[in-house]
Amino acid sequence: MKISTAGRHLREGFRSMVRNGWMTFASLSSIGISLFILGVFVLLTTNVNYIAEHVESQVEIRVYLSLEIDEEREINRVQNQIGMMPEVHKITFVHKDEGLKILEKTLGEDWVEGFQGDSNPLPHSFTVEVKNPEEISIVAKNIEALNDIMQPVPIDEVDYGEGTVEDLFAFSNLVNRVGFVLVIGLAITALFLIANTIRLTIMARRREIGIMKLVGATNGFIRWPFFIEGACIGLIGAAIPLGVLLYGYYRLIESSKSRMNFMSMIELKPLDEVALPLIGLLMGLGVAIGVFGTLLSVRKHLKV
Amino acid sequence: MIEMQDVWKTYPDGTHALRGITVKVDSNEFVYVVGPSGAGKSTFMKLIYREERPTKGQIFVDSFNLAKLKKRKIPYLRRNIGVVFQDFRLLPKLTVAENVAFAPKLTVAENVAFAMEVIEAPNKLIRKRTAEVLELVGLSDKRNSYPAQLSGGEQQRVAIARAIVNNPAVIVADEPTGNLDPETSWGIMKLLEEINYRGTTIIMATHNRDIVNTMRKRVIAIENGVIVRDQQRGDYGYED
Repeated sequence: MKISTAGRHLREGFRSMVRNGWMTFASLSSIGISLFILGVFVLLTTNVNYIAEHVESQVEIRVYLSLEIDEEREINRVQNQIGMMPEVHKITFVHKDEGLKILEKTLGEDWVEGFQGDSNPLPHSFTVEVKNPEEISIVAKNIEALNDIMQPVPIDEVDYGEGTVEDLFAFSNLVNRVGFVLVIGLAITALFLIANTIRLTIMARRREIGIMKLVGATNGFIRWPFFIEGACIGLIGAAIPLGVLLYGYYRLIESSKSRMNFMSMIELKPLDEVALPLIGLLMGLGVAIGVFGTLLSVRKHLKV
Repeated sequence: MIEMQDVWKTYPDGTHALRGITVKVDSNEFVYVVGPSGAGKSTFMKLIYREERPTKGQIFVDSFNLAKLKKRKIPYLRRNIGVVFQDFRLLPKLTVAENVAFAPKLTVAENVAFAMEVIEAPNKLIRKRTAEVLELVGLSDKRNSYPAQLSGGEQQRVAIARAIVNNPAVIVADEPTGNLDPETSWGIMKLLEEINYRGTTIIMATHNRDIVNTMRKRVIAIENGVIVRDQQRGDYGYED
């Protein structure tokens, strides 16, 4: 295609967008809203997965000993038993006084007052790190099984955040599914709105198209401006929610860094890792919806 | 140049518009097509530029075999045929429904250049040819006016300029003087004759008795879908 022809198609496409005013606005909003919601869901699932992976790599096992276990010999015996397991990476002893200090830090001084020294109700505990996070439940079971072979029964409780990781992944799956259905529905709405906008353009230019055909314009030449109009609506419809989403995400990350609130407990995926795939996805989908909507209308109404 | 062999055209509603037309028009001829309304003149014209397909029979235009012409090749046939209508068909024709503010407004020169733009002619050639044909139809001084500012005769000249700008081998004119007063009509006829002298074949459907009888050319009369008369330097042959 010649440059002057391409320029002409672009000009015609843009002119139609302006001329169709409200219909263009409706299509733009429709695409914008669908893609915004899609973007929110994508960011949500990406981060839930990101956090889940993060949590998974950090998991450790807490082993609380029975209150009767207080002698160093008994403690060492249990520690050796656990340390000998091939899946265990590291085992650390946490004295009950130390445990109380940790509690004091998270809950505040008031809570632990009167429990210091001999009146400390906490048991001694171990922190166990495993080599492979996937084996964590096996290790936990093996540790619990020590109760069957050792006397006196040494372990009160084994805790490893069972289910948290699984819950996170399940949540992200649910979000994915709900988002998918919602976005498909909205995308179809956007598709038909674009098809209708293009239909209006075809109607408005019926006469011009008729003359173009008479003087020997090819079908491709006649169709181009309509596809440009559709694609532009899709592109602009994607750019607006993209701007909002990326700026919003940027602010979210900034605020979680600067202020101490619940957000600061969670580490979000960095913006530069999120931005490019999101831009590609939304722009691509926007243009695809625009072009496909145009195709629907051109096929039906532009008999060339 | 144009050849039809036993051409039939039946419309989907069952109307037999043409019933066995066989005719040959040579290069450089000037032909009037006459006959009562609804006799098949318009269908005959439309078959030439492949607006309609024959139900049966062969049509050859220039080097194109219209019965075998694929749909996407139609534009290339049309580039060899200039079409002129009774209602000029210039841009814009603003109807009440159209948004006046945003409708594309083309000047006289732009209307003519339009026909070259859509077939992607080089810009330089477009400017040159547009100036040439506007000179030929006598509208050089009106090149920057809008069609709405022109008289009917002038608008038809613009339409003719647009029809010939791509150097077609044939001009198909469907009642080009139908909307014009007698005096203006003569001007248009002089212009068509001039174009014919320069080597373009002209097929013109008309109801204008004076023109046919005065400017004598070949006359093809169609009635009820068949050619009832084909006569060199013929007369109109109907009482209006």
